[in-house]
Amino acid sequence: MRAIQYAAPSTVEDAVAILAEHGSDARMLAGGTDLIVQVREDARDTGVFVDAKKIPELMELSVNADGSTTLGAAVPCHQLYNDAHFTATYPAVTDAARIIGSTGIQGRASVGGNLCNSGPAGDTIPPLIVHSAVCNIAGPDGERTVAVEDFCTAPGRNVLADGELLVSLTLPKPPAGSGSHYLRFIPRNEMDIAVVGAGAWLQLDGDTITAARTGLGAVAPTPLFVQAAGDALVGMTADEDAFAVAADIARDAASPIDDMRGTIAHRKQLSYVLTQRALRGAKARAQGGSPTNGH
Amino acid sequence: MAIDTRVAPKIKHHDEEYKVIGTRPIRHDGLEKVTGEARYGSDINLPGQLHGKVLRSPHAHARIVSIDASRAEALDGVSAVITSADLPDPGDKLTTGGEAPGLPVKFKSANMLARGKVHYHGHAVAAVAAANPHIAAEALKLIDVEYEVLDPVLEVWDAMKPDAPVIIEDLYTAKADGTTGEEPSNVAAEMLYEVGDVDAGFAEADLVVDREFTFGVVHQGYIETHNATANWLKDGHLHVWCSSQGAFTIRQELADLLNHPITKIHVVPMEIGGGFGGKTTAYLEPLAALLSQQTGHPVKMAMDRADVLKATGPTPGGYVRVKMGVTNDGMITAGYANLAFDAGGYPGSVVGAGCRCVFAPYNMPSAKVEGFDVVVNKPKTHAYRAPGATHAEFASETVVDEICRTLDIDPVEFRLKNSAKEGDWQLAQPPYPRIGHIECMEAARDSAQWQTPLETAPGKKRGRGIASGFWFNIGFTSSVIAKLNSDGSVTLLEGSTDIGGTRTSVAMQFAETLGIPVEDVDPIVADTDSVGQTDVTGGSRVTFATGLAAHNAANDMKDQIAEGLADLWDVAADAITHADGTFSANGKSASVREAAELLEEEGVFPIGKNTVTPTREGGAFAVHIADVEVDEETGKVEILRYTAVQDAGVAIYPPYVEGQMQGGVVQGVGWALNEEYVYDDDGHLLNASLLDYRMPTALDVPNIETIIVEVPNPGHPYGVRGVGEVPIVPPPAAVANAIHDATGLRMSHLPMSPPRVQAALAAQA
Repeated sequence: MRAIQYAAPSTVEDAVAILAEHGSDARMLAGGTDLIVQVREDARDTGVFVDAKKIPELMELSVNADGSTTLGAAVPCHQLYNDAHFTATYPAVTDAARIIGSTGIQGRASVGGNLCNSGPAGDTIPPLIVHSAVCNIAGPDGERTVAVEDFCTAPGRNVLADGELLVSLTLPKPPAGSGSHYLRFIPRNEMDIAVVGAGAWLQLDGDTITAARTGLGAVAPTPLFVQAAGDALVGMTADEDAFAVAADIARDAASPIDDMRGTIAHRKQLSYVLTQRALRGAKARAQGGSPTNGH
Repeated sequence: MAIDTRVAPKIKHHDEEYKVIGTRPIRHDGLEKVTGEARYGSDINLPGQLHGKVLRSPHAHARIVSIDASRAEALDGVSAVITSADLPDPGDKLTTGGEAPGLPVKFKSANMLARGKVHYHGHAVAAVAAANPHIAAEALKLIDVEYEVLDPVLEVWDAMKPDAPVIIEDLYTAKADGTTGEEPSNVAAEMLYEVGDVDAGFAEADLVVDREFTFGVVHQGYIETHNATANWLKDGHLHVWCSSQGAFTIRQELADLLNHPITKIHVVPMEIGGGFGGKTTAYLEPLAALLSQQTGHPVKMAMDRADVLKATGPTPGGYVRVKMGVTNDGMITAGYANLAFDAGGYPGSVVGAGCRCVFAPYNMPSAKVEGFDVVVNKPKTHAYRAPGATHAEFASETVVDEICRTLDIDPVEFRLKNSAKEGDWQLAQPPYPRIGHIECMEAARDSAQWQTPLETAPGKKRGRGIASGFWFNIGFTSSVIAKLNSDGSVTLLEGSTDIGGTRTSVAMQFAETLGIPVEDVDPIVADTDSVGQTDVTGGSRVTFATGLAAHNAANDMKDQIAEGLADLWDVAADAITHADGTFSANGKSASVREAAELLEEEGVFPIGKNTVTPTREGGAFAVHIADVEVDEETGKVEILRYTAVQDAGVAIYPPYVEGQMQGGVVQGVGWALNEEYVYDDDGHLLNASLLDYRMPTALDVPNIETIIVEVPNPGHPYGVRGVGEVPIVPPPAAVANAIHDATGLRMSHLPMSPPRVQAALAAQA
């Protein structure tokens, strides 16, 4: 039997001090939907739980003067899809927030927690990638920022050093004429982990793609920013031929493994299909409609 | 409050009209269950109780070189550590209870706590009792076990090879001809059933279809995990509270495993959160009892989900080959089947039951069925809802569908032409009594779904499949004791764990026979000291057999009331008539209530009782129709519409029958599409959680339409046939046949999961 400690700092500074003191034995606790389960199942040995939810900056969801959005690291999923502005502005992120776990889980689970858990299949990460989110990190040496696609380094690992925490994410204001979509494949229809997840963001000028980003989950040690797929789309007409080109690149970019959740062949195929479907959904939203694929 | 009053279609093939049977009263246990007052095993907490936990093997196959528990025993708060050395040597005793009696107790004992070798990942090696569950968990980490790891054998086809590593070194094959194999083998038993001349039958055939099928291991997936609390008193009385399908079976197993007199063992059945065949045997009860004996304290134990998936009894994976011959006009001439099921780490799979069912829906002039019970390095497998039948009939119903497609014969017409009926042979059994396969098939043909053409959708692959299913059902022993109270109400004691609502279905039969409202009957599931011998709730037998005991007990009570009234009225007892709950003679009459009051004044309190072991359980048939949509790009199969038709004999409580039909479909669809144990090459179970062992959720199944067919079972006074199991049998074949209709693919492995369907589609293209 092991005693654990619980700390509930009210400032980022205090949180950093506690994290720095305990090193890898300490862990930020947002919704706890990953952390508590991992500790209970002996998958992670954590002695000090540092509650994120008493720190105002980590619970903030606000629109900045330049139109960008600050998303506190511990803001729960349900707050996002109940926020009309956020949902209209970053639809791929709310696509993900709506399908993580169950409604009950979404009341606790946070996008920041999903990112810091750094699972290859984390549903919110490809949407954050396609929306060019930036991580705002605080630590003993002050603050720094990291592009979200550079945050995860390996399954369950990320760039956070001992004493550092993710304070918030900054999501730039998307330009006019753009839209995004995230969807995943699961064998059931709910309560599952992505076999493959795909996000896409498109900016259109008429029918022409002027900017594009795509991302994949669960096909590599970290969620992937498939930059080549987006780059290839720029200048093309947003049609099935273009989407097939991008989907081909996504399939090639995927380097999945065989495991209990899927096979290499299936995941390769899904990387193609889901990228295609995500692009269709992003196009529909860029044109003021909504995706027909569901999720 | 809105009460759903929809009544699903019911097709009666009899003229009986009943007062209580067939109605929909409020269930006796309903309020307790919805308010949370019902008591389950985990609600038991005794003064001074300790908490037990089990150390499990990290290897699939290994020799135990040594176990050193000294560090664990030294931990503050630890009271006892037990290993197989603490279990008595069972010698050559055979098991007597449960669903599969006659197996060596030594295997059951070794499965309880590994003896010398571990046979599967998760196999219990030691158990501890400590002051709280956290100390117990910590103590497990301090038990030092040295293993010599051996090569595992995971699949039956590998285990059956002559050069396969032998898991049980002194296991010799029990051959079908009664002889014993000469070399140690993983094949525990072979069986052979033959009817007619198969060679001649295949020679007459114009078309022979011969296909092989394989199966992953699946778990019953009951929500409540196993739990047990034991209190071993100083005088040797052992009290056990547990979640089990049969308290008497647990009592017998405790007696066998602990070498303890049965009279000293008292088992209290708690409410049960699902069993489906997986709670027909003991896992924790003997360990809690031993730990209680050693510590002098009550000991409580509970499994977590990973324990349940790793170390209880899932139902087998394995292999089935089915070959059928038909004439060009669609008459079956011969059938051959070969079934090899994995028994898991010790002998005793459900392959025999699969053999009996594989061709059961059909009357064919000849058939030969071979079965193999094969030991592999997986958990000891157990029954799961119509055990063995789902595998067997997935294979045969897929072959039947292929025959129909090849000969261009309507699948309903083919099944009607070849259907088994009263008087036709059954494998290793007397000929069929009155059965309802034809009636079910006709009801399916006339159903709204079959009569409505499948709606096509552009770019979507949709298809429809139909399949039959059979399960033989079981009789076994049941007891009822019914006490007439002075107000005319009846306290009804029965020994059958109530899993599917049987308190009410048993009470309804008692009420019908005695002629009282079912609300006047208070049915109670009693412990092993308080009611007569009652076997497990399994084999769809409770409404049939315990219902029969209740009927007989009501007649016994009726006779006793008549005798009491005869004294009062000064007439002969046989001059008293009973109709509609009223006793009459010589112009005098009394209702049951009035009779109870009259008899109370005389000091007469009738107790009706009965113990019965009926054997005419009748068979249960079901026919299911599935409409599916296959996503060609991802391999995902969506169930669009589903109709389940089933012969219930007579449906005592129709909502329970419909619930069993729908529940069977949900489990069958899960088995068809996603559920399976995933192992690595070393035999480690990788998906021991309900996240990755994927049972269907509410969003994965549509509303399931049900049609109850009533062809009364001649072996029961009210015509009851068991209904709980057969509805899991047709779904995998119905879904597979629908997938074929949609895509042209013949899937030969369960589950037909998205990667497999997608791979098959890719291979097809």
